[in-house]
Amino acid sequence: MQKTPFVADIYSQRRISGSPRRFQDGLLIALFLLPALILFLLFVIYPIFRSIYFSMFDWNGLGPAVDFVGLQNFKDILSDQVFLKAVWNVLLIVVFSVGLQLPLALGLAVMVGRGLPGRGLFRTIFFMPYVLAEVNVAIMWMLLFNPDPDRGLLNAIAVALSGEPIGWLGNPSLVLFSIFIALTWKYFGFHMLLYLAGLQNIPLEIEEAARIDGANSFQNFFYITLPLLGSTIRTSVYLSVLGSIQQFILVWIMTKGGPINASETLATYMYRFGFIRFQLGYGSAVAIYMFILCLIFSLVYQRLTRQPDYLTGL
Amino acid sequence: MEAYHPAPRLPRMQKFLTRFLQYFVLGIVVVIIFVPLVILIFGSLKTTGEMYSHPYAIPNPPHWENLKAILSQPTFWRLMRNSVVLMLATTGGVVFVCGLAAFVFARLNFRGKGLVFNLFTVGLMFPINVAILPVYFVLRQMNEMGVPLLDSLVGVILVQIAFNISGNILILRGFFTAIPAELQDASYIDGCNNFDFFWRILLPLARPALGAVAALTMIVSWNDLLVPLVVLNSDELWTLPLGTMQFQGQWGQDLALVSAFVALSSIPTIIFYLFAERQIISGLTAGAVKG
Repeated sequence: MQKTPFVADIYSQRRISGSPRRFQDGLLIALFLLPALILFLLFVIYPIFRSIYFSMFDWNGLGPAVDFVGLQNFKDILSDQVFLKAVWNVLLIVVFSVGLQLPLALGLAVMVGRGLPGRGLFRTIFFMPYVLAEVNVAIMWMLLFNPDPDRGLLNAIAVALSGEPIGWLGNPSLVLFSIFIALTWKYFGFHMLLYLAGLQNIPLEIEEAARIDGANSFQNFFYITLPLLGSTIRTSVYLSVLGSIQQFILVWIMTKGGPINASETLATYMYRFGFIRFQLGYGSAVAIYMFILCLIFSLVYQRLTRQPDYLTGL
Repeated sequence: MEAYHPAPRLPRMQKFLTRFLQYFVLGIVVVIIFVPLVILIFGSLKTTGEMYSHPYAIPNPPHWENLKAILSQPTFWRLMRNSVVLMLATTGGVVFVCGLAAFVFARLNFRGKGLVFNLFTVGLMFPINVAILPVYFVLRQMNEMGVPLLDSLVGVILVQIAFNISGNILILRGFFTAIPAELQDASYIDGCNNFDFFWRILLPLARPALGAVAALTMIVSWNDLLVPLVVLNSDELWTLPLGTMQFQGQWGQDLALVSAFVALSSIPTIIFYLFAERQIISGLTAGAVKG
């Protein structure tokens, strides 16, 4: 589309050389950007380099870091079974989230749709867990998961159904799934919200036209709604994966990564080494690995999903 | 919107069944959402003894002792006060810092603009949970240089602002770009400079956008546990989530008392959510759908 030249553009082109006006504009741009830039460089960018430096030391935080070990920390991490377990767990959370939580959110969003009476109320209720603090959610679910059937509701139900209490958070092969239940409870509403907003952008006429052409609701969903929701789904998957990689508070409060590291995530692993054992060099190396993971995922994902946007033609 | 619906071609009965099924499934989800909350509220109204004998029964009669005990202690109110101070400062900071930067990115041109903007979007890839240890190093370094940011609310505020910059610049830039360029032209013709345009025309028009960003940041800051956990030591500075975590650690065996505390610390969030739902949602969807 040909862009109409606005006065603003002409206004900015008129002053090619250093007139007082131009200087004034430059000053304004600098002053407006400076607060954000300073805070961002100091607390987001600089720390990355700082931790790259420390990751090459064996350092317990007392006194200056002098025990240079090169890349030894990075090697040690890769040979630590607990770290590999944490990576595996993060992958599982990603798979669960993308494979179960997001389809659930999408299904509910489609069900609430655009015109269901009570739509607003459902949205308010489903989104509520998202705004609650993670600590509070973790403690609420610990109450429900309580191993004693006389105290935890879920085990009371389990005993009533099968006679056996379930070790929700105590059983190493079950703990991650239990945490995932709490995660889903808290986060599905957020994804549903995104899908609802995406649905709102799809013109009803398209689906009507398809229906007139004889498409049933099944075909309508898979051939019309789903492709048109493409960019929303891409965003939602991206946020879900990044969220899974950094999952921390809920896990830390509920299990501290236990029992026997069964629910360890990358973030709990890093926190344990960084802030509990104070092996700051080693912890930094873990942080670097997480940075790299986030970075690679972001770049690859953006590359892979850069497809023609279905909505631009509308 | 309803008016555009042509008469559906489904038979009546089938339509009724579909609706019934929809409400049935949604109803189940509503129940699942409410169960943990209701159990919590029930627990908060029981005595410790009742919690052991009838853990999930309706508290009849309700016992307000635990709630009263928590509210009559100065600790809870101190946690609240710290959280409010933190939330207001972080929110003010985010709106100020991101509003200025987003205006430049949305409305002005300068050499290297794309580069600087991309730099900020890098922040989206590094959530605070990943960066917390590196951030701790920098706070510690500044402490050694004589800027006391560890064990201080100022440190928490600065870190919270910094990690909310990327997303909120993106959200605000989207809103600011949507304001018609003709307004900017007209203001220049009337003799405004860039600052006048920003201050007198754009900001008043962008009030809903600023409200969305503010509401979103308030929630994020209020709920944040990790940054206060790492930065704050002295319990006079603890925030509500941090206090909740410590309370659970200390009284974890007394389920009724813990329920009461968690219920009380959830109430402000829920009330705020019910009032600011529209702002929170518009901020989130604008950020995610446009970003």
